[in-house]
Amino acid sequence: MASRAQKTPASVFLLSNGFVVFWLIAAAFPFIWTLWGSFKVELDFFSIADWTNALTGRNTEATYGEPFTGAGYYGAWVQENFWRPAINTFIVCFFVVCTSLTIGTLGGYALSRSGYRYTFWLLIIALIFRAMPPITLVAGYLLPFFEWNLWGILPTTIIVLVAINQPFTLWMLHSFFQSIPKELDESAKVDGCTQFQAFRHVIIPVMWPGVITTGLFSFLLAYNDFAVTTMLLSEHNRTMVPEIAAFLGTTQTEGNVMFAVAAVVSATVPLFILVMFFQRQIVSGLTAGAVKG
Amino acid sequence: MLLFIAAPIVSVVIQSLFTPHEAVLMTVENCGPFGCKEETTIDQDATRELREAKPLGRFVWFDIYTDRGHLAFGEVAEAWNSSDSYGAFFSKLGNLPFYRAMAFTLTYTFVCTPLLIILGLMIALAVNSLHRHLKGLVIFFSLLPMIVSPLIGSLVLFWMLDSRGILGSAIQYLADDPNLSLKASTPLTWIMLIVYGVWNSAPFAFVVFYAGLQTLPQDQIEAAQIDGATRWDRIRYVVIPHLMPLVTFVALIQLMDNFRVFEPIVGFNAEAHATSLSWFIFSDLGGETRQLSAASATSVMTILGVAILLSPVLIRTWRDFKAKK
Repeated sequence: MASRAQKTPASVFLLSNGFVVFWLIAAAFPFIWTLWGSFKVELDFFSIADWTNALTGRNTEATYGEPFTGAGYYGAWVQENFWRPAINTFIVCFFVVCTSLTIGTLGGYALSRSGYRYTFWLLIIALIFRAMPPITLVAGYLLPFFEWNLWGILPTTIIVLVAINQPFTLWMLHSFFQSIPKELDESAKVDGCTQFQAFRHVIIPVMWPGVITTGLFSFLLAYNDFAVTTMLLSEHNRTMVPEIAAFLGTTQTEGNVMFAVAAVVSATVPLFILVMFFQRQIVSGLTAGAVKG
Repeated sequence: MLLFIAAPIVSVVIQSLFTPHEAVLMTVENCGPFGCKEETTIDQDATRELREAKPLGRFVWFDIYTDRGHLAFGEVAEAWNSSDSYGAFFSKLGNLPFYRAMAFTLTYTFVCTPLLIILGLMIALAVNSLHRHLKGLVIFFSLLPMIVSPLIGSLVLFWMLDSRGILGSAIQYLADDPNLSLKASTPLTWIMLIVYGVWNSAPFAFVVFYAGLQTLPQDQIEAAQIDGATRWDRIRYVVIPHLMPLVTFVALIQLMDNFRVFEPIVGFNAEAHATSLSWFIFSDLGGETRQLSAASATSVMTILGVAILLSPVLIRTWRDFKAKK
């Protein structure tokens, strides 16, 4: 295929590769920098005198005797009990993903197999809900939650996150189920399956790629959410992201920004691992909607 | 079978209707005196009284919408009458909190979206010409800015841009001004937020365009080449038209997402210089008073804004759907 006419001239080659390198630095450098800096003391991470201090860790060495220190992590995880929000985050994420996948699979399957006009309206409504900022809905939740004494606990937040998540899950799974040919169900039914059996024995075995992708995105939504979790959770039940925001409020005065830096790095690590393992699913999920137009 | 299809749909309808219904109902009935800023003294009694009598509050029609905190009709009219030029009028408008938030939200939305589309397209074209083995690695790193929580991402950038951080020092060095601080000036804060927005969302555009480039028909490129099209011509007349549907898709998604910009403002600690509609709601809800009705009014207006943004797409989808029938 690659004939001589298609060969890239050196200048274009350099330009495009240079651009990729530039972008890679822009994308990855902030994270590497923060990871590196999280093992320093604040005077090094925010260095007034000389920016190379952040690299060599001169002040860190002066304080702790070596250029790296886990003091930020110790402060965040042990002193400030960061493990509690971490556990909360995983409880919330786990239940949000499970619940929204269950509802989404059933609903998406039904919508993709029904030819009525109202399915269109349902999907459009879902799209509109997807577009609304979650914070606009929080205003509606707060009052009844106060009234019923449900505010501040994890299950309430899980339900709200599921509800916010649902339109998106529905869209993804709807378009995914539409790519599974109808003939599969039909042949199952010819063989004497009921609709449910067709779903159970024929569709479930082939639906996992779509479900995993959707689950990943539900997880990300629950994990990254800030607006809902800040407003709806009490101090003891906070998840990681609002906890970091709270760190900023309380620690900036004490000069313990490094706690927050360490917490940020800790909260990024699971996402990092996630991208590493599920890169292909994330990419396919992002493009699934797009390719269909 | 009907039951099987209908039951999940009903559950889905309930699920998806559940959220907005509450918000909308609240605002219609909840226009109580919680948030009326003119009556702060009466507020205490009214709140106590209302808590016993009606939790939803007094019904005051659209008063909340028109008070000083929101659309501020009175103040706008006064500014219009008293100022002799458009410039003076708009500067007075900029002092009203709601319009300030609106101005930032709209600027952010309409500056970020085109920029990130262009950047994403450039990255996609550049990555596409890379060697096969490098692509995976590049995509991996490219996903990072998008996948981290917006709050975390903005904090990471914020710490670097701090006047004592590495980028902040670099900018000070470049500008030759040791007292320069990005946080202190309004235009620089806006630019900072917009740069963050582009950085955060460009990967999404990149991934979508990259997937689109994989489906690009090779023979069209070759045909263009035979016709004497230069490299730039090929991109301009073959690649971009091929990607056009994806550009619309990305633009739509990003318009929606950028319109609800919120976390970066918290992360960058920028509320003194830039507030968005979402942040406005957040600050009404937070705090000691929890001005539910004020927040609800802003919410409804934000939802209206989203609806206006979405309407062209909705009309198009509806036409497509009818055409399919």
